[in-house]
Amino acid sequence: MAFDSHEKRVFKQVGTRPPRPDGVDKVTGRAQYGADVTAPGMLTARILRSPHAHARIVSIDTSEAEAMAGVKGVVTGRDFALPEDAGLADIAVNVMARDKALYDGHAVAAVAAVSPAIAKAALKAIKVQYEVLPHVTDVDAAMQPGAPVVLEGRALESVPAGMSVNVTHASEFGHGDLAAGFAKADRIVERSFKTAATHQGYIEPHACLASVTVDGKADLWCCTQGQFMVRTVCAALMGMEASQLRVTASEIGGGFGGKTTVFIEPVALVLARKTGRPVKITMTRDEVFRATGPTVSTSIDVKIGMTKDGRITAGEARLRYSGGAFPCGTVDMGAMAAFAAYDLEAVRTQGWNALTNRPKEAAYRAPGAPQAIYAVESVVDELCQILKLDPLDVRIRNAAKKGTKSSYGPVFDDIGLLATLEAAKAHPHYKAPLKPGQARGVSCGFWFNFGGNTCVSLNVNTDGTVGVTEGNPDIGGSRASISLMAAEELGIPYDKVRTIVADTASLGYNDVTDGSRVTFSVGLATIAAARDAKTKMCARAAKIWGIDEEAVEWKDGAAWPAGPNAGQFPPMSLAEIAAVSFQTGGPIAGHHEVNADGAGVSFGVHLCDLEVDPETGKTTILRYSVFQDAGKAVHPDYVEGQMQGGAVQGIGWALNEEYIYGRDGRMQNPGFLDYRVPVASDLPMIEAVILEIPNPGHPYGVRGVGETPIVPPLAAISNGVSRAVGVRMQELPLSPPRVLKAIKAA
Amino acid sequence: MRYEKPQTVADAARLLTAEKGITRVLGGGTDVLVQLKAGMVEPDLIVDIKALPGIRAIVAEAGGFRIGAAVSNAQLGEDAAVRAMWPGVVEAAGLIGSTQVQGRATMAGNLCNASPAGDAVPALVAAGAVARVAGPGAARDVPVEAIPAGPGKTTLKRGEFITSILLPARPAKSGDAYLRFIPRTEMDIAVASAAVSLTLNDHGVITAARVALGAVAPTVRLVDDAAAAIIGTKLHDDALAALAAACSAACAPIDDKRGTIEFRTEVAGVLAKRAARIAYTRAGGQA
Repeated sequence: MAFDSHEKRVFKQVGTRPPRPDGVDKVTGRAQYGADVTAPGMLTARILRSPHAHARIVSIDTSEAEAMAGVKGVVTGRDFALPEDAGLADIAVNVMARDKALYDGHAVAAVAAVSPAIAKAALKAIKVQYEVLPHVTDVDAAMQPGAPVVLEGRALESVPAGMSVNVTHASEFGHGDLAAGFAKADRIVERSFKTAATHQGYIEPHACLASVTVDGKADLWCCTQGQFMVRTVCAALMGMEASQLRVTASEIGGGFGGKTTVFIEPVALVLARKTGRPVKITMTRDEVFRATGPTVSTSIDVKIGMTKDGRITAGEARLRYSGGAFPCGTVDMGAMAAFAAYDLEAVRTQGWNALTNRPKEAAYRAPGAPQAIYAVESVVDELCQILKLDPLDVRIRNAAKKGTKSSYGPVFDDIGLLATLEAAKAHPHYKAPLKPGQARGVSCGFWFNFGGNTCVSLNVNTDGTVGVTEGNPDIGGSRASISLMAAEELGIPYDKVRTIVADTASLGYNDVTDGSRVTFSVGLATIAAARDAKTKMCARAAKIWGIDEEAVEWKDGAAWPAGPNAGQFPPMSLAEIAAVSFQTGGPIAGHHEVNADGAGVSFGVHLCDLEVDPETGKTTILRYSVFQDAGKAVHPDYVEGQMQGGAVQGIGWALNEEYIYGRDGRMQNPGFLDYRVPVASDLPMIEAVILEIPNPGHPYGVRGVGETPIVPPLAAISNGVSRAVGVRMQELPLSPPRVLKAIKAA
Repeated sequence: MRYEKPQTVADAARLLTAEKGITRVLGGGTDVLVQLKAGMVEPDLIVDIKALPGIRAIVAEAGGFRIGAAVSNAQLGEDAAVRAMWPGVVEAAGLIGSTQVQGRATMAGNLCNASPAGDAVPALVAAGAVARVAGPGAARDVPVEAIPAGPGKTTLKRGEFITSILLPARPAKSGDAYLRFIPRTEMDIAVASAAVSLTLNDHGVITAARVALGAVAPTVRLVDDAAAAIIGTKLHDDALAALAAACSAACAPIDDKRGTIEFRTEVAGVLAKRAARIAYTRAGGQA
């Protein structure tokens, strides 16, 4: 659906900040999260996990556990079907190991028992005989010939012969003559970078409850970013028809991409089918860290040439990502996003994925982009330092704009990068003086955004209220935003609209909540569904008035005769039409189903002031500002919340968060004490500046905003630290031991 | 697993002595319960000491204060008299955990948990605090630095437990301070830490000092060389450099997920300098 450019729209409700409809339940503890669901006769299941990074499973003896009083069922990899589809098969193997344990924490068996204590005790009674194999957790090591082989035969055809069999994926993007571009440069900088795997760190651990009846119907309640995805995957793994499995999404305590796949849901279903009782699984935090998806870990080389006056003449990047023990295409995203902010004559990126003995990667806000853009923005910053150029001026000079052939191929339509850069430059933050020892870091960020399959129903109730039924869990205030768009379109107050998230039996398919798609895509479908309902209401008014349907128009929340020729009738409000709907043809509802296109790419610019303690290497963030194009901010509080939250997660990633592995290949910090996300007192208030450059692909101009804000912080902070300590930092996190070592070596 | 809540010290000692299996003493439980949940220990007997007489009291004694073993760090932090005399100790105890944890956690528990990174311990060692140990025999007084034996291990014998910690009287013109290094600003565990307690004469010259380091050795270290480096000085730059050097020399840390040997060794000296400056100012010295 195109932007409504034919009218100069004055929004009445979109752009306001009413309270979110789920707020009261959440602050009073009434909201039902994944672990809050129970059923009569419910069993508790626990999962036994590999203590080895890489081991052949020689045998599993469950007999002693099965004989224990209170144990109702034990399952291992043998109890799970292996789908033909490679992607689904990987999920199945990740859910429960078969012949090999591929990483520390890989599930090898599960027990359902009448109490958590019995389930825990039964795990100890399962005897697994392992043959420990050599392991590899570092992406560069995994690509070397002779590296321990994680899985055989998984390379795509695009991988050139001669690389380690751990390399499963290769891609290349770009255009122009690189050699000619570098020849035009006055200065070329080439650097290598590494980033650690980080976890999404959602507060709510995965939890689910499964129930399977003897006639093969199943219900699953779970904490997820997409109930339809859960249905598709679990039905395939269970050999069920989609209609027989109903999945209901709970409220969600954070996901950030990490809940776009399944881990425990098939285990609960298989145990429920085996035992005939409802089965509940709740992960511990230790399990969340060891067995659910962190980001890719990466190793990246970047080479950029620049003229003395700040024109980038060529850019090249080689990206090596590891998505853990299974093939992973996230490196494509990095290779596409790396130079997206720049209008370049010559650019090339190459990416490879390598298997390692780490948990299977799951999406994390703008998957693959923060790492690539960190590396590129670091080199751009170094060139600005060397050539004594203003970092924002250089980015303005090279900024991609409407008509730019992007580094990954498509030509950009209306985009907000230049406006965002100029807003940052004009902001008081950029002009504020820095004290000795302080530094300012700058970075651009980019994300593609996504639309996808979406289905919305909008029911007009006879009392003049409206119910919107959508199919994506509310992860960032989407019910409020969707209600606002429905209210805006229908011309009724926000509090007359209630938006609910439906289960998989109650609505058509909706893609998972990812790609910052919900406000864009579900919003678009809601507006279309409202327009559908308005057309129907106009028809009802026409029927009452005895005039043609075409002679009725909708404005200001009511049906009006369209012009003097239509006849003289007082307008009929939505409530008036709804009240008599049973007499005019029955209930009134609007629908819309779409595979939405035109999500519109998104850019952001971050400014970060910081200081580094020269005696300890500790970085303190002093001031932080986020500038981002939201297209149209439907509910500005939640747009600002996304911008602030992304910045904070990025700050954690830049400074302290990392998966730490011991020599034995086991994760050493599977808890929030030693996996250090920022605490509130680590942070200044994050200032969020929203720009609104309408997205041509949405009737109100909306763009997704949820992912772009995690992209710039890595480089913004690393650039600030590099300037503060006088050394170009090339590895994340910028933990104090690493920074102090760099200071001492300088 | 049995749970007992005895009413007398003698009963508690009897229970702990009689149990043949693994025992744990429960004060605030902020370590014991976490270890239980993580499956690190499965005790046969837990003895809750919170019902023992006087165990939750702060009592003035011999010019100092006797702190009951079940006095929470929150309760300690609200005691103006203790705070005035031993601000470094109170601040150290106040750094442990969150607000919720502060309502349960105790200094005696921190000491008996025997982590080299415990925040209260270096400050208690620098203060010259003395633990009163109950057990099957007569109660005995033990300097706090003699309690930890290594990570997770104490010198307490079977059936013994701490009933109180005495913070001694101190001369006029004295001050103490504790600093730890954490990568964040709170809710974290010390990567390295330092506590300094010192006394000045009327001319601002340090006449007595104790310096203790945490998280840089298997147990908290009392560093006599570091104290000697500042005694007789007005804490000028030379003295501070000597203090830092003595502290770094006393470090025997490990490389682990929280920090490197190199980092801990360096930063322990930095923290000692900074803590010494604070203690000096608190003692009335003109830094």
